[in-house]
Amino acid sequence: MSELIGSLAYFGLFLTLGTFALAREANRRLGREVFNPLLWSTILCCMVLLATGTDFETYYAGGADLLDRLITPATICLAIPLYRQFELLKRNTGAVLAGCAAGVLAHMLGCLLMLVLFRLDGPQYITLLPKSITTAIGKSLSEELGGYPAITMATIMITGIFGAVASPSLLRLFHVTDPVAQGLAIGTASHAAGTSRAVELGDVQGAASSLAIVVAGLLTVAAAPLFAGLA
Amino acid sequence: MKYLRQAAILAAVTFAAEIIKYLLPLPVPASIYGLVLLFALLKSGALKLEQVEDVGGFLLEVMPVLLVPPSVSFLTALDAIEDLLLPVLIMGFLGTMAVMAVTGHAAQLAMRLGKGGRKHE
Repeated sequence: MSELIGSLAYFGLFLTLGTFALAREANRRLGREVFNPLLWSTILCCMVLLATGTDFETYYAGGADLLDRLITPATICLAIPLYRQFELLKRNTGAVLAGCAAGVLAHMLGCLLMLVLFRLDGPQYITLLPKSITTAIGKSLSEELGGYPAITMATIMITGIFGAVASPSLLRLFHVTDPVAQGLAIGTASHAAGTSRAVELGDVQGAASSLAIVVAGLLTVAAAPLFAGLA
Repeated sequence: MKYLRQAAILAAVTFAAEIIKYLLPLPVPASIYGLVLLFALLKSGALKLEQVEDVGGFLLEVMPVLLVPPSVSFLTALDAIEDLLLPVLIMGFLGTMAVMAVTGHAAQLAMRLGKGGRKHE
C-alpha cells in the first residue's frame, strides 16, 4: 500500500483537496462551526496517513507541497484587503497599537506563567514564545532563540486552527463587537489561519486581522528575546 | 491573459520578497516583506488594484486549504511534543482565548478613549 502511495505524484494534493471539499460540503449542509473545513481536512488527512502507514514526507512530496508553496503569495495578498481598508485603519492607529501590544504582552505573560507552573526548562519555555504569530516567523524565531521548532510549529497550528474554528463564537462571548477590534483580536491571537476566517467575516475584519499579523509579529520578534532572557 | 499577467505580477512580488529576506538577516519571513511591499506598491500607485485583484482574491479565498499541509505536519512532532503536551494545549486554547479577549478589549478601549478625547478638544 505505502509503496503504491509513494509512487503517486498527486496523492497528497488529491487527499487534501478531496477531504477539504468533503468537509466544506458537511459545513455547508450542517451549517455548524464545528465542521470547520481546515480542522476536518487536517484530521481526515492525518487519519488516512496513519491508517495507510504513509509518512508525512510522502504526503508532502505527493502534491501537498504545491499548496504549501502558495502560502507565501497568498499571505502577501493580504495586502489587498489592507489597502482597501487603509483609511479606516489609519483612523484607528491608537487601537491597532494598543490592541496588538496588549495582546502580545498577555501572550508573553501566559508563557511566563507556564514557565513557573510547569517548571519548564529554558528551551521548552522558548518553544512557546512564538506561538501566536505566523508559522514562518514563529519557526525561525524558535530556532534563533534556541527552542524546539517542530513543537513551536505544532503549537502555532493548534492556535491557528482553534482561532479559525472558534473566533466568531469567542468574540461574541467576550463582547468584542467592533469590526476593527474583532479583526485585530483574531490576527493577534491566531495569525494567518485565524485571518483566513476573519476574511470571511468581512473586509474590515480581514484587513484589521492582516495588519495585526504584521504588527503583532514584529512586536513578538522584538519582545521575545527579552522574555527569553527571563528563563 | 489577464490571469496570467496578474499571477506574474504576484510571482514577481514574492520573488522580490525572497531577495529582501536573503539580504536582511532578521527572523522575519518573506511573506511579511512581500505583504509590506505589495501594500507599498498599491499605496504609491505603482500597481493598480485591478492588476492583482482577481488572482489575489482567488489566493485569499483558497488560503484555508493551503494551510492544511503544514497542519498535517503536526504528525511529525507527535513524539517530541509529549513532554510539553499540557503547556502546549493550555497555551493553544486558553492562551489564544486570553490573547483574543485582551486584544479586542484593549482596541475597543483605545477607540472609546480616542473618541472621548476628541470630544473634549
